[in-house]
Amino acid sequence: MALIETKAVGKIYRLGDIDLTALNNVSLIIEKGEFVAVMGQSGSGKSTFMNILGCLDTPTQGQYLVDGIDIGHLEKDALAEIRCRKIGFVFQGFNLLQRTSAVENVELPMLYAGFSSKERKTKAFAALKAVGLEGREHHHPNQLSGGQQQRVAIARSLVNQAPIILADEPTGNLDTRTSDEIMELFVKLNTESRITVIIVTHDADIAGYSKRIIRFSDGRVISDKPNQRPS
Amino acid sequence: MINIPATIKISLRALRVNKMRSALTMLGIIIGVSTVITMLAVGSGASQQISQQITSVGSNLIMILSGSSNAGGVRQGSGSQPTLTINDTDAIIRDCPAVLDAAPVLNGVCQIVYSNQNWSTNVVGTTPNMLVVRDWPIASGRIFTPDEVKSAVKVCLLGKTVADNLFGGIDPVGHIVRIKKVPFKVIGVLDTKGQTPTGQDQDDTIYVPVTTAQKKLFGNTLPGMVRMIMVKGKSTDDLSDAEKQITELLRQRHRIPLKTDNDFNLRNLTQMMQTAQQSAQVMGLLLGAIASVSLLVGGIGIMNIMLVSVTERTREIGIRMAVGAKTWDIRLQFIIEALTLSLIGGIIGIILGIGGSQLISNIAGWSTMVSLSSILISFSFSGLVGIGFGFYPAFKASLLNPIDALRYE
Repeated sequence: MALIETKAVGKIYRLGDIDLTALNNVSLIIEKGEFVAVMGQSGSGKSTFMNILGCLDTPTQGQYLVDGIDIGHLEKDALAEIRCRKIGFVFQGFNLLQRTSAVENVELPMLYAGFSSKERKTKAFAALKAVGLEGREHHHPNQLSGGQQQRVAIARSLVNQAPIILADEPTGNLDTRTSDEIMELFVKLNTESRITVIIVTHDADIAGYSKRIIRFSDGRVISDKPNQRPS
Repeated sequence: MINIPATIKISLRALRVNKMRSALTMLGIIIGVSTVITMLAVGSGASQQISQQITSVGSNLIMILSGSSNAGGVRQGSGSQPTLTINDTDAIIRDCPAVLDAAPVLNGVCQIVYSNQNWSTNVVGTTPNMLVVRDWPIASGRIFTPDEVKSAVKVCLLGKTVADNLFGGIDPVGHIVRIKKVPFKVIGVLDTKGQTPTGQDQDDTIYVPVTTAQKKLFGNTLPGMVRMIMVKGKSTDDLSDAEKQITELLRQRHRIPLKTDNDFNLRNLTQMMQTAQQSAQVMGLLLGAIASVSLLVGGIGIMNIMLVSVTERTREIGIRMAVGAKTWDIRLQFIIEALTLSLIGGIIGIILGIGGSQLISNIAGWSTMVSLSSILISFSFSGLVGIGFGFYPAFKASLLNPIDALRYE
């Protein structure tokens, strides 16, 4: 069974009398342990596709299965549960809670997964160590550099042992050197922990870290090719 | 599964971050709770004052008034037809087990003269039992003896007001005063009793033996008749028994046939004053209810700030939802914030309310009493306000779409 499977998924927004097709007949299978880059121009439907993959949104057409679960018919709270257990998010703008320490940001998903305070602390410290932020656990986001903030976000996405990390332009706000470091971290997580990483980007260099590149245009998949990663 | 302790921690942190705003929001609740407590304290203080007055008039009192005359259908009101006698009084003491003591009253307003001073007051002809009935101690001298009553001796006891007005500073005991030009020897002075609930000065009175009053002062056409009998019951619980026993006894003594009205009226003074006390309590509650409107306004303040806070923290809500927060996780977070604001405000309000009540009794001289129940009521009311007005913002927050919330700048 594939980790992620979309069957003729479509998303149509209804704006007054006009139907806007954001996603049209997308059928894809992503297996566990893949490293996928999703590319496309803005408005190509890649963000809509990512929202659906992340269970933040539901398709209007077709079927989307995560780990064999059809999310099309799930309630809001059931979707939240799937996000909590199976998906870690990394955003372009980091999306950390301000005025909240790194370790507490990392604890956040575990809070909603029902871990005890002690377990949360232990795991959050371990996750921060895994992304190389040992010693900065009690810093607040405004005391950390962009790269460090993104590392906190990655630690947050890891901490519930979610099998999937969805990263939406994770390096968009970072300089080239830091971007490379972050991408190396994703590669490491993908190869060492067999975490499925899906990255949305329009930067070919970033996409170059992946093993498979899917291109979107006008709501459709126009190409889906394995990537020969430069080693 | 909702993690309550962690949610409480999140909520408290959010309140700490915006200290000034939290304090201002609480102010509404603080003012509301403290006014409620102060107003209720004023109300229960008033009712407590009345209950003190009840004790001052004499507790467990029943008044028996002689019946109304009915001459050709024109009824004259209580006391117009003398039907009660001194012997009725003795019979009541003797035959009614629920009665502690009883005393007759034959009174009228007379002019009193002592040397060059004169004063008009209520002269009460009675027996020594009156002091027991009214719980009235003597300040100096003594009360007349039963023998003095029997032989209609011309002696009197002065109320404090009368003594002050006729004698100034000196002790009246032993001096002679003239009541309606009849000389009476002052044998004692009554202790200060204060005002009745209706504001009458109870100390403005003179006690004389009831027989002397009949023979020398009021020239009663029917010997032995009195205007009323005052009865003290053994306890508050016995009062209705006492009323029943007295009615039965007097009907028998007055030979009233069945199905004929009583020729006397019973007044339960304690009951009347309990009614007054209840009305004071109602007034207090009314004041409290008006004050609770300000608590409501404070609640609206909380709702207002919570709505602003939800809008401001849209992105935070989005992040929480993305990482797995469910509807009730978000709702509870905001409800607990509102609840914390209102409960802390409630506690400060209680402290200020107690202080405010003290201030009112010190400055205005009103007696106030902060009751535990008013504290509990206003505290739980402020909690309800927090939950009630926190719910809508919390509901609104939980309905946000995570995609839009994450994109919110």
